[in-house]
Amino acid sequence: MTQDLVIYAIYIAYAVGMLMGFGTILTWVERKQAAVMSDRIGANRAYVRLPFTQVKLIWLGLFHGIADGIKMLVKEDFKPRTHDWYAYAVAPWVVFTPVLLVFGVIPFGGMLDPGRLFPGLADWFDGRTYPMQIARLDAGLLMVFAFSGMTIIGTMLAGWASANKFSLLGGLRAGSQMISYELVMGLTVLGLILIFGTVDLGSMVQQQSGLVFGFLPAWGVVYQPFAAVLFLTAAIAENKRIPFDLPEAESELIAGYYTEYSAMKMGLFMFAEFIEIAIVGALFTTLFLGGYNLPYMNDAGFAFPGGYTVEMSHGAVVLTQLVVFLLKVLIVCSFQILVRWSLPRFRYDQVLSFAWKFMLPLALLNLTVTVVLVWSHQRGPW
Amino acid sequence: MVKTPYKRKQYWNEPELTAWERSYLPEIVRGLVITSTVFLRNMGRWMTGKKGALTTYYPEETRADYAPGNRGKHVLTQRPDGRPQCIACNMCATVCPAKVIEIEAAFDPADTAHPKYPARFEIDYSRCIFCGLCVEACPEDAIRMVKETPGLPSDARGQMWLTLEEMLSWQPASDVAKPYPPKSVPGGAPALKGPAP
Repeated sequence: MTQDLVIYAIYIAYAVGMLMGFGTILTWVERKQAAVMSDRIGANRAYVRLPFTQVKLIWLGLFHGIADGIKMLVKEDFKPRTHDWYAYAVAPWVVFTPVLLVFGVIPFGGMLDPGRLFPGLADWFDGRTYPMQIARLDAGLLMVFAFSGMTIIGTMLAGWASANKFSLLGGLRAGSQMISYELVMGLTVLGLILIFGTVDLGSMVQQQSGLVFGFLPAWGVVYQPFAAVLFLTAAIAENKRIPFDLPEAESELIAGYYTEYSAMKMGLFMFAEFIEIAIVGALFTTLFLGGYNLPYMNDAGFAFPGGYTVEMSHGAVVLTQLVVFLLKVLIVCSFQILVRWSLPRFRYDQVLSFAWKFMLPLALLNLTVTVVLVWSHQRGPW
Repeated sequence: MVKTPYKRKQYWNEPELTAWERSYLPEIVRGLVITSTVFLRNMGRWMTGKKGALTTYYPEETRADYAPGNRGKHVLTQRPDGRPQCIACNMCATVCPAKVIEIEAAFDPADTAHPKYPARFEIDYSRCIFCGLCVEACPEDAIRMVKETPGLPSDARGQMWLTLEEMLSWQPASDVAKPYPPKSVPGGAPALKGPAP
């Protein structure tokens, strides 16, 4: 029991640290990537001076994230004269907390055998193994949708409790947009559930470790390429980022549902948004990009199609899986940032008709084709 | 009252989308390809040690493409013996619309031809509007503007003054109006004098 507690405490610390790290790093990635995409240099003026010297550490502008954080912490915490002060104060946390909780069911590595990793502790662990996932729930994917649905409540609370018309409009827009795209997101994932026959994310990833046709990795994107595109689009819309950032459209609504928020309360909204980028990246990686799997890699090392194998120790395998997962998440995050700096914003009626008239029929079509294929495959030869 | 439904005005140059453009996704992909190509090209330049941006770091780097007539910063020309051409007549300070030029004149009885010279000649660059009127007003061709920008960004306004020493540091290889570089005078160039006692 104590062993489990130790291992899961480490997992939770790793997950929280990773999400916070991503939230901070992504602000920098967003600035720098946007700058490089548009022939600029990007933020590079914040520095840390070593005490008693003239040595200034700039590190490619990495300290701008820290400067932002300090600024938000020491700014005046403006409070509007709203009678619903409790909802106003609690709304940022209602947005922020579920975003963190979603990561609880996402597997960020394969099977961990602490006894093999640390031979000195082999007796204590007594051959127990742990999947690298905080909560191995049978209802994994359902929990993801349940918690990411809760952020809608937070945005609508913020819009309502601010006692501001711009906030109210932003909250309304956020509510209708997120509910519409949540539907599309659920429908795209249904195809994957049919193929893998489970909603447990851990076992979904394990099923993606094999090969199809002998050479292609059995990733979700190979089975469901169409659903992958739809899912990513719906996820970006769910995250309210450009081109779907209607709830906070600066040119129309000032800052939408967080117009009345300042200092760290506003920082929490922003931080939640950046962590949600990482969460979307982790979800997409888990569902469509094979999670921590590399092609031709298994728990003992690499096994290439030509019969060539590379043996790896357990520690090396665990480390590779962790790094591969982080890299894949970073690549998907970078793609989201690419989308954000490439596409112009929709008009508000376009956003909703895009969801209901374009993406929903496509998702249903994709689901129908998947159902027919899965059925004919299970039925066997005619 | 019968309400007529709103009808959008039709323009003669209304853009028409083809079916390919209407299908939306191909055009989105095309846009993403363009931006990611630019990103990868610039990233490749940064990775190979070249500069992948059009921006110049302002105080650290000088732009190479300033026009020859750019009014960047002020310089003071020198006589052949290395002393400032300026006779401290205060014409530039008088004409200056921003009133940023401050001249403190001094008297040197030894120099009979030009007994008046500037002991202090300073320009407040936090207020200068770079109009060039001082250059036109000068009767001695003493103050000019060159295309290089001043390296004056600073945290305090007090540090944004262009001093006499800095303006006299302009030493071109040759010049049409002045005998640059200054000829060596017998006995050595006299040192710049401070304010008269």
